[in-house]
Amino acid sequence: MSPILTVKDLVVSFATEDGVVQAVGGISFELAAGEILAIVGESGCGKSVTAQTLIGLTRAPNAIIAGSVDYRGRELNGLDDDQLRHVRGEEIAMVFQDPMTSLNPVYRIGDQITEMIHAHRDVSDAEARNRAVELLRSVGIPNPERRVRDYPHEFSGGMRQRVMIAMALSLEPEVLIADEPTTALDVTIQAQILQLIEGLNHDRDLAVVLITHDLGVVAEVADRVVVMYAGQIVEDGTLDEIFYDPRHPYTWGLLGSLTRLDQPRPVRLPQIGGQPPSLLAPPPGCRFAPRCPHAFEKCAEPPPLEARTGGTHLDRCWLGPAEKTTLREVEGRICLGEPA
Amino acid sequence: MSKGDPLLQVTDLVKHFPIKSGILIDREVARVRAVDGVSLTLNEGETLGLVGESGCGKSTLGRAILQLTEPTSGSVRFAGEELVGRSRRELRPLRRQMQMIFQDPFASLNPRKRVGQIVGDPLELHKLAKGAELKRRVQELLERVGLQAEHYNRYPHEFSGGQRQRIGIARALALQPKLIVADEPVSALDVSVQAQIINLLEELQDEFGLAYLFVAHDLGVVRHVSDRVAVMYLGKIVESSGADALYEKPIHPYSNALLSAVPIPDPKRNAARERLVLEGDVPSPIDPPPGCSFHTRCPWATDVCKTDEPALVEYDSGHAAACHHPLNVDEAAKVRR
Repeated sequence: MSPILTVKDLVVSFATEDGVVQAVGGISFELAAGEILAIVGESGCGKSVTAQTLIGLTRAPNAIIAGSVDYRGRELNGLDDDQLRHVRGEEIAMVFQDPMTSLNPVYRIGDQITEMIHAHRDVSDAEARNRAVELLRSVGIPNPERRVRDYPHEFSGGMRQRVMIAMALSLEPEVLIADEPTTALDVTIQAQILQLIEGLNHDRDLAVVLITHDLGVVAEVADRVVVMYAGQIVEDGTLDEIFYDPRHPYTWGLLGSLTRLDQPRPVRLPQIGGQPPSLLAPPPGCRFAPRCPHAFEKCAEPPPLEARTGGTHLDRCWLGPAEKTTLREVEGRICLGEPA
Repeated sequence: MSKGDPLLQVTDLVKHFPIKSGILIDREVARVRAVDGVSLTLNEGETLGLVGESGCGKSTLGRAILQLTEPTSGSVRFAGEELVGRSRRELRPLRRQMQMIFQDPFASLNPRKRVGQIVGDPLELHKLAKGAELKRRVQELLERVGLQAEHYNRYPHEFSGGQRQRIGIARALALQPKLIVADEPVSALDVSVQAQIINLLEELQDEFGLAYLFVAHDLGVVRHVSDRVAVMYLGKIVESSGADALYEKPIHPYSNALLSAVPIPDPKRNAARERLVLEGDVPSPIDPPPGCSFHTRCPWATDVCKTDEPALVEYDSGHAAACHHPLNVDEAAKVRR
């Protein structure tokens, strides 16, 4: 499948009182039509800034953006507000983490959805209203005819997230960017929302960029995974490659430090020591080297992100493929190869 | 306290928050039944995990046990002494032995105080140390929780989330308590840092013989740290058991649904297992459903669940659940109850 979204060498920096923070340090990835791509990483790794930059929500003069975001052959970086307005919602829509703060509390749900439809389409009030009811129904909100007249505070967290998704779908975009869509929700509600996102992906062929810190969520819905650390992509592969053949020590650490329900509990949880580096002055070589138990002399030079075993599985680590296979097995808790 | 007695014994603890209305006369129009008759015990050196979704009353329970919020009724016995009904002054000597670690490391440390003061204040307040001795004790504590002695003069904003949580832990440890109520101590942290803090809490437990009441929504974390686990739903404990038994053989349909909702970080196993996705949301604790409060979302619910509240029944040694249609239980056990 040819990619519909191609990000190339994207750099996003912010000027702060202490100096320039490079939140995203030159990342490249592709999103294929109808695919769910997960971007995983910890706080401050640049995953949300990446998502926001894709639809032009980070901008000058605060942010300095370089590189290219290509949507179906069209460059999105550098578009002005008018041009961006046509991209947002119509081509690429976004759902945010916190459904409590992303809806306007003083407008009815129905008005918030129809406002978006009216802004983009020449339709009558009745048509827009019907469309809003249909959208709410399609994301599983009971009694949508009545619910369009309700205010956000009358909805629970899970229902608000459904409303946000309905709103994102109102102009039939091809790409949905979901930034931690289930992080603020309880697990039973999270399961409902993930099921909804998977259903939309399947039924409407909606491509999804899912930003998350939760590898469990990734395992559940993603087709492909990009792992970010300190503003860089450290590994990029298919779901199975990342979970059964992880090739970067940071990915090993992430997988190893999970408290898993499907495995016996270890006496001591494997942990990644230390803290992520400050992006004001990231380490000159491999950015993970200061925390990496396998670092060696070569790690003082920055490793490139490349396929080291052929194929499309990329990683940013100097260790050789054979060494990686031995080293990660010592770490133990990662489920490698075929599961039992 | 005689030997073998539990360190903490909670019986029928209730905490209702009144909802008032009216300008001159405060009329009580309804009450939020945050904690609605909870009994539990915790032994010395043991960890009891308390799990449930937001709004189930688990945090309020933790606070009511420590008398940080005054219980409506019920009894909390700590080391043989009744806490409910004591004045602040009467509670103070006991507070030394029971401390709390809070969820949000950004909100639970006073931004205008230095770390040394934050950790040292409890010692000073209880007149346990002062002057150079105080400073030495605080620096020891900081080193014990993985910080450095020279952090003594820094302010909270100079630390990351994980480091701040370590400061909160040092503060809780300062008075050498027997019981620590940890309210979601790792849920604001990234996984790699989460593992560091969990390991630290376990080391400290072994070293100081601490008992933890570990309140959390993350079933994986709770399983890792707990000896026993209690599952809460709408202010009540619906199941309690040894940590492994709950995860291997959940009896209550709600526990089963919670476990089944947790995604497993292994794509093939995740796809292979059968999932039970609950419909709907948690009902409001202002007007909880009659009978079994879970019946509105329970796939197994029958008429009896709508009218009769199930009692907490012990099915296996130390494994109890409150359900009319228990899962993973043999027929003989069902008849016995």
